[in-house]
Amino acid sequence: MPNRESRDNPAFRMSRRKMMKGVAAVLGALALPDKDASASVWESFFQKNFREMSKPELEKVLARLEKEYSKTYGKAVKVRATPHIEGVSYGYGLDLSRCIGCRRCVYGCVQENNQSRDPQIHYIRVLQLDKERGVDLEHAEHYYNPSKVPEKGHFYMPVQCHQCENPPCVKVCPVQATWKERDGIVVVDYNWCIGCRYCIAACPYGARHFNWKKAGLPAAEMNPETHYLGNRPRPVGVVEKCTFCIQRVRNTPGRYPACVEVCPVGARKFGNLLDPESEIRYIIENKRVFILKEDLNTRPKFYYFYAT
Amino acid sequence: MPMKMIWGFFKGTLTLVSKGSRAYYAWVACLLVLVGIGALAYIYQMENGLIVTAMRDQVAWGFYISNFTFLVGVAAAAVLLVIPAYVYNWKPIKEIAVLGEMLAVSAMVMCLLFVTVDIGRPDRFWHLIPKVGILNFPQSMLAWDVVVLNIYLVLNLTIAVYILYNLYHKREPNKSFTTPLLLFSIPAAVSIHTVTAFLYNGLAARPFWNASILAPRFLASAFCSGPAFMIILFQIIRKYTRIEIKNEAIFKVAELIAYSMFINLFLLGAEVFKEYYSDTVHLAPLQYLLQGLKGHNDLVPYIWTAMIFNVSAFFLFLVPQTRENYVTLNVGCVLIFIGVYIEKGMGLVIPGQVPDVLGEIYEYAPTGIELLVTLGIWATGLLVYTLLLRVAVPILTGEFFVGEDGRTAVIIDTEFIRRADHLAEKSYRD
Repeated sequence: MPNRESRDNPAFRMSRRKMMKGVAAVLGALALPDKDASASVWESFFQKNFREMSKPELEKVLARLEKEYSKTYGKAVKVRATPHIEGVSYGYGLDLSRCIGCRRCVYGCVQENNQSRDPQIHYIRVLQLDKERGVDLEHAEHYYNPSKVPEKGHFYMPVQCHQCENPPCVKVCPVQATWKERDGIVVVDYNWCIGCRYCIAACPYGARHFNWKKAGLPAAEMNPETHYLGNRPRPVGVVEKCTFCIQRVRNTPGRYPACVEVCPVGARKFGNLLDPESEIRYIIENKRVFILKEDLNTRPKFYYFYAT
Repeated sequence: MPMKMIWGFFKGTLTLVSKGSRAYYAWVACLLVLVGIGALAYIYQMENGLIVTAMRDQVAWGFYISNFTFLVGVAAAAVLLVIPAYVYNWKPIKEIAVLGEMLAVSAMVMCLLFVTVDIGRPDRFWHLIPKVGILNFPQSMLAWDVVVLNIYLVLNLTIAVYILYNLYHKREPNKSFTTPLLLFSIPAAVSIHTVTAFLYNGLAARPFWNASILAPRFLASAFCSGPAFMIILFQIIRKYTRIEIKNEAIFKVAELIAYSMFINLFLLGAEVFKEYYSDTVHLAPLQYLLQGLKGHNDLVPYIWTAMIFNVSAFFLFLVPQTRENYVTLNVGCVLIFIGVYIEKGMGLVIPGQVPDVLGEIYEYAPTGIELLVTLGIWATGLLVYTLLLRVAVPILTGEFFVGEDGRTAVIIDTEFIRRADHLAEKSYRD
């Protein structure tokens, strides 16, 4: 999981260490009043990129974050960094013939993944489309709000991160704060992102979201089961995105992401693309499947299909 | 000994920038006030997050990045003066090329400031430093931009300081040092603009930016806006200081602008034709810009103003009679500067994101905070340029030089900004 070549390169390590120590010494001399708080501020300031941390370094960081979040939200928060499972590559199926546009997935996701409630951040955007026009994004209705769905003459297309095999967002990041994990999930290190939003410009699916303001996350609604690369609370000024509920699917193999679980009509399917017996493989092999914006060669692992 | 000489020069420049006429003090004070206002606005933004701007997930880059893009063009334009001056050894422009390089330095400073105020975590800037952080080079075009912009800044600063330092010591700058650097600054200027264009160009998700014509269009429009600014500046400089800038040089620059503007308009026309004639779904952003889309037309009046300005300026600069008449020349310069500012700023950055990748239309207009921060950065840029000129002008006119002992600086020019009648009275050169 971590990039060992660069970490074990002595020249790389030396120069960085020296630099860090020097800067830390200078800044330490400034000595802020609250010693404990300032120590954690500097620790987080000098924190390395997730992929360059050694195991003990990572454990220290996780412990610091757990302490910090537990204090903020007044409950025992767990921050894990469960690695990928060998032989697993996640794939997602969405049955357009079933989706009724109820948006339960949108809010189930918000609850599970500790998104900001004020301002609202949604990883899933459900588009209302005309049956006559088909998948025509230029004529999509984003803010449909009838008393009852589905509405006659329309169908619904939820869009979220497509976990591309060839993700344009990863390529453009100037600091490698975002990358594709071995199980295909595209993640962000919220402590490394500089907030330039180039990835937002590069994503063809509108899957990336920026923390324009300090996240409004009520303590009572905070989900304490978190993953470092997933649903832990995000700082202001960084980008976040759907991770297929990395905290669920990695900690408990076989568990579904929140959106799959909450869907009342079973329009959402999830599984291991490398397992020939999986439901997602069956769908790809037997149903009428398409991927969004195929011409961009992003090779999504998010498959739209028509079951009926 | 050299250390002491450099220290003497440095001390001299400090004394120099603190001396000046009342007009100079007033101008600097004015700029400092604006810088202060901008700084306060930025502190407010830091405390509350970028939510105080009008940017949102749909339009994630706004006024700051528009200004950045425009100013990269202004900086690149310095090369327009370097090419005739040094490659063709054309004297009237050579004398003032150093002023162009200093403009590039000031524009680069502004560019870096605009990027800084735009990012969500400026405290993590060190993540961009190779080895200390991780610069994603060569994958990310933004990493390329960081590299070329910094090289260009250092390069222009080095050339300008080296030339001025030698003139201060009353000796000719060593050609074997300056010529390679100057020649290198030409591809460097092209590269900052090309890389900035590629930053947008490389995004397949944004059809409005994903057009190969973007980089050439960037270059063509840069060679209009930067020199237009310089023409006005040259007139101010020669009116209020002792620097002599020949008419010939100014008219030559204006002629070059006319050619660049023609190429700019031609490329724009090519792009408009392709999108409208093929009439695919990729037409929407251009439609939003030129006609408005589904009742959303915030940008339409601006872009047509820009078009009218650019076309009128092109004709003013094309016809020798209007090009060589200072009234029409200056009108043309102002038209071009505003025209390109709109076209290469908001006119380029915003339609790339409207409609967004899922077809949503979010109309972006900068908030007061964005305007104030932007004002502050422009004032900072002008302040940097003013202070650079404060040192460069007396050196070029021979009113700031090293004394007999080879160390202490001699300052003759204690005023800097002076009225023209004053100048006629007593010229140090005579």
